[in-house]
Amino acid sequence: MRFMVLVKANSDSEAGVLPDKEAFAAMGRYNEELVKAGVLLAAEGLHPTSKGWRITFTGERPTVTDGPFTETKELVAGFWLIQVASKEEALEWATRAPFGDGGEIEVRQVFEASDFPAEVVPPEGAAREQALREEPRRTAGQP
Amino acid sequence: MTASDAHRAIDAVWRIESARLIAGLARVVRDVGLAEELAQDALVAALEQWPESGVPRNPGAWLMATAKHRAIDLLRRQERFQRKLTELGHELETGQGAAPDPSAVAESALDGDIEDDLLRLVFTACHPVLSTEAQVALTLRLLGGLTTGEIARAFLVPEPTVAQRIVRAKRTLAEAHVPFEVPRGPELAARLSSVLGVVYLVFNEGYAATAGDDWMRPALCEEALRLGRILAELAPKEPEVHGLVGLMEIQASRSRARTGPSGEPILLLDQERSRWDQLLIRRGLAALERAEALGGALGPYALQAAIAACHARARTPEETDWVRIAVLYGALVQLTPSPVVELNRAVAVAMAFGPAAGLELVDALAGEPSLTGYHLLPSVRGDLLVKLGRLDEARAELERAASLTRNGRERALLLERVAACRQASAAAGSAAADAAR
Repeated sequence: MRFMVLVKANSDSEAGVLPDKEAFAAMGRYNEELVKAGVLLAAEGLHPTSKGWRITFTGERPTVTDGPFTETKELVAGFWLIQVASKEEALEWATRAPFGDGGEIEVRQVFEASDFPAEVVPPEGAAREQALREEPRRTAGQP
Repeated sequence: MTASDAHRAIDAVWRIESARLIAGLARVVRDVGLAEELAQDALVAALEQWPESGVPRNPGAWLMATAKHRAIDLLRRQERFQRKLTELGHELETGQGAAPDPSAVAESALDGDIEDDLLRLVFTACHPVLSTEAQVALTLRLLGGLTTGEIARAFLVPEPTVAQRIVRAKRTLAEAHVPFEVPRGPELAARLSSVLGVVYLVFNEGYAATAGDDWMRPALCEEALRLGRILAELAPKEPEVHGLVGLMEIQASRSRARTGPSGEPILLLDQERSRWDQLLIRRGLAALERAEALGGALGPYALQAAIAACHARARTPEETDWVRIAVLYGALVQLTPSPVVELNRAVAVAMAFGPAAGLELVDALAGEPSLTGYHLLPSVRGDLLVKLGRLDEARAELERAASLTRNGRERALLLERVAACRQASAAAGSAAADAAR
């Protein structure tokens, strides 16, 4: 089963302050541990919300609101995607993340295909969705 | 925290830490069976203490410290280990002139490079003195941290059978004085191939699981992937390790697409490609690239991964690079000659260069003793004959395939094609008669 470990933003991450050398090294060691244990599928850090935007879907046209956003604790600053055998194993790995005082992460289980009854995602629907999702990549001439 | 919460937390810690624990201990006591017992003792201590005290901040270090104390006690107490200790001490003495103080020996051994120890553990668990079944059970137990019950459920065998298998395997290793080491020189390639074989066998066992099975069976795929990914870190310079990881990642990427709503298998070319897991495909392609960059493009796993990659890269079945697949199968059949691989090559050749070229290869396989009773031979031949318009011959082959397959759904499909052949050939017959009139 897969879990997404979401790293919550804080005033530093929102201000675009990069982690210091020590924190960076600690993160590197942690990632290495995850890789060596064969559980890490993907991990990324996100730019602050000042470089992002929100789109609200109401009425006829979606409304675009530029960042930054204020409710810092609710924002995401990065994530890991891990594959483990149990919820407890995910919890144990997440607990080992190298965060100091005030750090916060949130762990969420990723839906697997078996979580959906077949009639919810008919193959044709999924195919169309994927084709649209991949179109930009294709036109950009990437693999 | 309730006791059962604590137990589940301890299980998780065990899964994460046990292999390192056993590997480190095996280096001291030079006996993986004993090392596992010591690690289990530490686990028992944790089960006794943690529900009360809570899980310690660094549970791995706690388990290691506890096991270490037991190892030292044991080394001090038992005559049998005194002898081993003298040997160890002697090694240390001749090496560095250190005094053979039990705790110093144990500590220095335990503080060694855990990655090397893990690799030694992998090679020991997959040692050729053991049967394949024993290698599989021991690998899952010592490296995967699976319980005997989990292994039994995954392989559909009774738990006592697995327990016995493991006990015997440990005894065999001890009796054969299998050294706790990574093989070197010319031995390495063969030994590595047996390790990779065990991992791939575990993967295939999980891949063969069907919808009604216990969830432990499909979980074997994830387990094998985890073992493969660990191995890739332990032996990063071995191209075939990356080849195998690539192959497994790409095969696993299709797991959502390979069965229909009622659990029926869906063949590769009929699969809904949007259901393929793009993340796993990317990981698989990256692993294959690593294998190739290390000069291992022609290894058996790398070749199979490259074939899987051809399918993974094609957005539609029509985009499949069959010429490349045919070439890759050609290389694979050279490397590991097998009628089944040759049959696959024939299919690829037919897709790349037309049914006649494929049929030529299939016909060369006729009379191959190992394919007697193998339904895919007449099935493929029948398929190619249909494409060539030789419908009466095709019908006979498809009928034979239907009589040979043990899968009911597949038989029904084959019989449908038989009926279609009969109709088409009747229609062609009457058309010919019309034309002649």
